[in-house]
Amino acid sequence: MLARAAESLYWLARYMERADYVARLMQVAGHMNAVRVDSDRNSEWESAIVASGSSKAYFAKYPVASEATVIDFLAFDRDNASSIVNCIETARRNARAVRTALTSDMWEAVNATWQELAQYRAAAPLNQDRLNEFFDWVKARVGLFHGIVANEMLRLDGYRFARVGQFLERADNTARLLDVKYHVRLPTVDDVGGVVDYYQWVAILRVVGARRAYRVLFKGPVQPAHVAELLIIRTEFPRSLAYCYQHITDHLDAIDRFDAKTAAEAKRQAHSLYADLRFGRTEQIIANGLHEYLTDLIQRTDRLGVEIAKGHLF
Amino acid sequence: MSVSSATGGAIFDEMGWPGEVRPPYALIDAWLKSLPPETQTMKRREAEVLFRRIGITFAVYTEGGDPERLIPFDFIPRVLAQAEWQRLRRGLEQRAKALNAFIHDVYHDREIIRAGRVPEKLILHNSEFRPEMEGLDLPGRMYSHIAGIDMVRTGPDDYYVLEDNCRTPSGVSYMVENREVMQRLFPDLFRRNLVAPVAHYPDELLATLRSLAPPHCVGEPTIVLLTPGIYNSAYYEHAFLADEMGIELVEGADLVVKKDICYMRTTAGLARVDVIYRRIDDDYLDPLVFRPESMLGVPGVHYANRAGNLTLTNAVGAGIADDKAVYIHVPEMVRFYLGEEPLLRNVPTHDCSKPAELQHVLDHLDELVVKAVHGSGGYGMLVGPHASRAELDKFRELLKTRPQGYIAQPTLALSTVPTFVDAGIAPRHVDLRPFVLCGADRIRVVPGGLTRVALKEGSLVVNSSQGGGTKDTWVLET
Repeated sequence: MLARAAESLYWLARYMERADYVARLMQVAGHMNAVRVDSDRNSEWESAIVASGSSKAYFAKYPVASEATVIDFLAFDRDNASSIVNCIETARRNARAVRTALTSDMWEAVNATWQELAQYRAAAPLNQDRLNEFFDWVKARVGLFHGIVANEMLRLDGYRFARVGQFLERADNTARLLDVKYHVRLPTVDDVGGVVDYYQWVAILRVVGARRAYRVLFKGPVQPAHVAELLIIRTEFPRSLAYCYQHITDHLDAIDRFDAKTAAEAKRQAHSLYADLRFGRTEQIIANGLHEYLTDLIQRTDRLGVEIAKGHLF
Repeated sequence: MSVSSATGGAIFDEMGWPGEVRPPYALIDAWLKSLPPETQTMKRREAEVLFRRIGITFAVYTEGGDPERLIPFDFIPRVLAQAEWQRLRRGLEQRAKALNAFIHDVYHDREIIRAGRVPEKLILHNSEFRPEMEGLDLPGRMYSHIAGIDMVRTGPDDYYVLEDNCRTPSGVSYMVENREVMQRLFPDLFRRNLVAPVAHYPDELLATLRSLAPPHCVGEPTIVLLTPGIYNSAYYEHAFLADEMGIELVEGADLVVKKDICYMRTTAGLARVDVIYRRIDDDYLDPLVFRPESMLGVPGVHYANRAGNLTLTNAVGAGIADDKAVYIHVPEMVRFYLGEEPLLRNVPTHDCSKPAELQHVLDHLDELVVKAVHGSGGYGMLVGPHASRAELDKFRELLKTRPQGYIAQPTLALSTVPTFVDAGIAPRHVDLRPFVLCGADRIRVVPGGLTRVALKEGSLVVNSSQGGGTKDTWVLET
């Protein structure tokens, strides 16, 4: 297929996935903030910024992470490349550039999302009810999009590239989400293992919609090591890193190429990452430092993205 | 009916309003009478939502606001009886043949100039003349493979060709999508009327493009559609046609020419391309040959074409037949190349480069339509009867300074078709752009074409860039 079309499908799926993630982050931050027991009103918003991977851009613009500015920055700010507005806009621009590679339902799902977005943008800043409605709407629209991809796209290279984009984005998001605990302040050192700490781990599960998954797989109260295991190495859970890489390697292997040489490096990196995840042990990961492990994974994921682009003439 | 009497006479309404309803419109008339006003408003809104969802938009240059604008769609169809259409079709095929023969001649022996039928300076000094094309033989001797012939009507049997679009005419996606939307909105209507389908246009186009595969091509040709990209005003149409034909929609950067062979960059490496349906103007097509600063084109694509390794549709240089001063000579081309009498009439046209005609034009400026010879899309045009004093003065000056740049025509009393307007249903002026496909094997015309309607009361300008709308065009099967 046309290399530019492959690239656009890859980014289309990536940006749709990212919009969903950013909406989830904010929804949970808002929820956490409402049940916060201490007086640090900004800490959840700061973690949302960190977990979105945009703290540099954010703090260049605002001195503190307050609710109003974080929501505006992550949802509507045109200066933030990963704001929901920009994600949807970029997704649509890519969709428009490869309309011929989309089914008409796929296009209509993206296009209608972009059109309806204008109403929310016009009404911003949104009150609490509208804001929740907005986040639910984003999640529903992205769900619709991925559902149409699953049900309608021919299983040819275009589909593979879209899925690679989606899962690469998801891997990056999950790694950042889990790493957020490293950055977030607790009221005091004594609070490690305390109530606030506990709720933060629960919040992480809620962002990826995994409260129920956790109960099914681990039972009992939420424990950090189990959360890490769920999000890193459990392939049963569709947002875990291992699951993402399982699919990335599958799709990269299935991409039909005559010239196997140029794509070999991307495949090698993906398989190496997947092998680490597949055969990794939670205790070992935590013993060596979860933060270091996740930082390394985020960097390797980033490099893989570059390599895929290079290997397929993007 | 002569043109001058058409100017002064009554305006022909194709439905017959306010008099007796003409037979092709009998069912439309009954349908309109049965349609409650609430339904009308509702359906108009529904239509807009459909167009927005599908993304059938058209960008209008030199205008602020929403860059992706909808062309207003009016859902009262424009109807042609089968016999009316057959007459038109024969005329269109004849005209397209003559235009292609002319372009071939221009780039070969120029017999028509030597025979004294067309002045030499009109061709050789024309900016649309491309010396790069001289002596090159093209498949089927065809140049304008997709031609849009703009027609107007002034009476039951009076059709005129307003202009020939031989380069990259657009609008065909509206022809197909208008029908699609009409069928979604009013499925019953199509059960009661036998309307010739238009949805197979992309199949006909693909068959045409395949017939034009270059001589060096073996096996199934690889065909692509070359677009300037998503910011082009007709991008929707490019994507629509590529999609319907199942071919790749490419941009200049997706193509590369090596040793006079054109390739596209795919995820599996370079893949050879045989036919390009290009929607980029000659000027921007190949920076090595035409405008060097063009970022939209493909360096070397012209040489691949010259080497016989690639077909470009429409061919470079086809614009020579578009020129409005050349237009004057099309009936003569029909006689000269085909030995037939032209079936379609030209609008009587004043050639302002001739002093006597220029004087006549200047004396009657407020009655005439003046057009720039190279203009298109309704830009650079004066409609005398509707122009302000300032506009008239401006054109008077333009005509005096560059008379060879303009032609003038009488203001035709364009036919009207009932149209939804704010005040209800009222007659509005229309034109028709049928699309003629000229392959190496044969000529194909899908019944009907794109009907454009001037939505402003009394307005004669139907161009979408000037506030025109479109209608579904029906050719009745019986």
